Amino acid sequence: MGYGWNGKILRVNLSEQTCVVEELNYDWARDYVGGRGLATKYLSEETDPQVDPLSPQNKLIFATGPLTGTYGAANGRYMVVTKSPLTGTIACSNSGGYFPSELKYAGFDLIIVEGKAPKPMYLRIYNEKVELAGAAHLWGKSTSEAEDLIRKEFHGDAKVALIGPAGENQVHYACIVNDKHRAAGRSGVGMVMGSKNLKAIAVRGTGGVGVADPAGFREAARECYRLLRSHPVTSQGLPALGTAVLVNVINQSGALPTRNSQSGTFAQAEEISGERLAQTYLKRNKSCMGCIIGCGRVTQLSDPRWSGSGEGPEYESLWALGAACGVSDLAAITEANYLCNEYGMDTITAGSTVACAMELFQRGLISEAEAGMPLRFGDGEAMVRLIELAGKGEGFGKKIARGSYRLAESYGAPEYSMSVKKLEFPAYDGRGIQGMGLEYATSNRGACHVRGYLVSPEILGVPEKLDPQALEGKAAWAKVFQDATALVDSAGVCLFTTFGIGVPQVGKLFSAATGKAASEAELLEVGERVWNLERVYNLKAGIDPAQDTLPKRLLEEPLPDGPMKGSVAHLGELLPQYYSERGWDEKGIPTEQKLRSLGVAT
Amino acid sequence: MQKLIRIEPSKCVGCKSCELSCSFKNTGEFAPSRSRIVNEVFLEEAQFITVTCMQCDDPWCLKACPKGAISKHTRTGTVSVDELKCVGCRTCVSACPFGMIKYAPLKGKADKCNLCGDDFPECVAFCPTGCLKFSEEDTPQREKVLKFVQTMKAGQGEV
Repeated sequence: MGYGWNGKILRVNLSEQTCVVEELNYDWARDYVGGRGLATKYLSEETDPQVDPLSPQNKLIFATGPLTGTYGAANGRYMVVTKSPLTGTIACSNSGGYFPSELKYAGFDLIIVEGKAPKPMYLRIYNEKVELAGAAHLWGKSTSEAEDLIRKEFHGDAKVALIGPAGENQVHYACIVNDKHRAAGRSGVGMVMGSKNLKAIAVRGTGGVGVADPAGFREAARECYRLLRSHPVTSQGLPALGTAVLVNVINQSGALPTRNSQSGTFAQAEEISGERLAQTYLKRNKSCMGCIIGCGRVTQLSDPRWSGSGEGPEYESLWALGAACGVSDLAAITEANYLCNEYGMDTITAGSTVACAMELFQRGLISEAEAGMPLRFGDGEAMVRLIELAGKGEGFGKKIARGSYRLAESYGAPEYSMSVKKLEFPAYDGRGIQGMGLEYATSNRGACHVRGYLVSPEILGVPEKLDPQALEGKAAWAKVFQDATALVDSAGVCLFTTFGIGVPQVGKLFSAATGKAASEAELLEVGERVWNLERVYNLKAGIDPAQDTLPKRLLEEPLPDGPMKGSVAHLGELLPQYYSERGWDEKGIPTEQKLRSLGVAT
Repeated sequence: MQKLIRIEPSKCVGCKSCELSCSFKNTGEFAPSRSRIVNEVFLEEAQFITVTCMQCDDPWCLKACPKGAISKHTRTGTVSVDELKCVGCRTCVSACPFGMIKYAPLKGKADKCNLCGDDFPECVAFCPTGCLKFSEEDTPQREKVLKFVQTMKAGQGEV
């Protein structure tokens, strides 16, 4: 048994119907830590970046980190790494819940899924006992129904990660849901799983995760505990209101993208805020494994039109299904959020695609006859219907199921897709928060908030307050945040802990767990190595650096209202600075020298 | 009076810090399936129930043990297993109606919560919400009474 790492990967070939246990490559584990970094290394080494994402030759990697399954800093994460069918870039989607830790307790660090099953199947893991089982009876079932069935027929304590009908129906932004309500959400990783005819992975693990220095690990965990229990964001804001605490905050700062980013403020923001959710549908908060923050929202919808219960909506979902569509109907947003979980779809891309369709309708490019209904901004019931049609792959939903870029492009108007590299950006306007504009343009999986969350300094003032409109120093901030995030992801730690703890604390946990001493500089270099490896993967996949850009609207149309009125995203100034910070050439290509110093093969 | 782990389920958020810290302290590994305290998560009902040995006044496990390996401490009230005497026959496992004493295959002995012996209970130290408390008084119960009393008090004010 290893320390931190289990030292074992499970390789499942669906075409050959084989499950093989292999030793972990410890050289790669040392250089790339785990999770996002290590899985990207395996994918880069084992597949051609030009591979068709939906072909059997693409691989789907489920990856934990060395800290996953331990305590201290919400160490319960795993990542799904593959080539994205939505963007054509590297995909890495992150989720919590209980599944990731259970995979560690079963004895594995990574599962590498290859090939394509001849018919629907699912993978059952009981410690070292691994088998593929038929999933014909689960195909077509919603995520919660299928999970219940699997627990019933396999093991009552099994933890399950699976796709819903959206993954089966090849929705471009299908996600992989685990523990009913948590999701590896973005980039269409569920579409890849569906293309492989793999419905689910169910795991029961009764083993444990050991650490090299138990006393040192406990001490490092106590420090994290103290810091997280005393920081206002992690001890008060997130437990009380969840991520939804941000709706009013971001709206007041004038950076809440509204009606497909035609505005930066939403007049009815209060109606979809975390505070309103707490007064209406919130039952209680909930944690993932080993998390002392507890940001999850358990909700019960009571409305004449819909009923049900589940988790969320989270901030990004409240925005995508709400403000982005001009919708202030909290019941409709909550229902659409549940539908996304049941069908297994990313709420951000789903909501943004509906918002894009609404703008295309507003501009006369989509007719009422074609859509089968009027698609007016603010119509919550139309939004819910579109989400359901997309999940089912029926009618106009087939167009919605392809994401906003493909939708808008099919009408000759790709500029109405609020995306970068075909991934829709989340709930922060890059005109109102300049660092986020840069972050969207440069993120390796397309526009994303969890690759370098500059909202933290620019709006929340953590670790220090920066002017959201200032440009100076933002490129350097972006690099450090991106590298630190890549490390946190690779270790298996939740990004939300980084409000209260930083690289030094993650480093202490990592060193005590694995027995490998690592300085703060070395750890940040791991992050930088991961970042550059992802970049190299994208370049080899044919993603031109010219795609490091933003939608025309953000670059050319000033925000029409609110505190940030008149501003556009100054990407033209920031991008060259960013490339220079990264040690890349002026075209955005990592130099030989940079890659050599990081040990990334070209 | 004896100190006990007092549990207030409404404060639990299902993080399993108790299971993680218990198994780490007592087995050296993070292994929730080997934890003495159990945090059960009901995803659909959004309920989280934590149970552990309540150190019975008249323990079934103690009475069942044919080797006299289980004793109740006269001062602290803690019911603990003497691993030198335990032969791993599992009779106590059958006897406990709550499933709070189990057979630990790795050491071949009966295993149960002993409130961490002379140390402060690790699960309480790592509980982030105050769901677990280690005290003589039943604090969660007292808190419920006070909440009820407040309702009565408010009602009186309206008369």
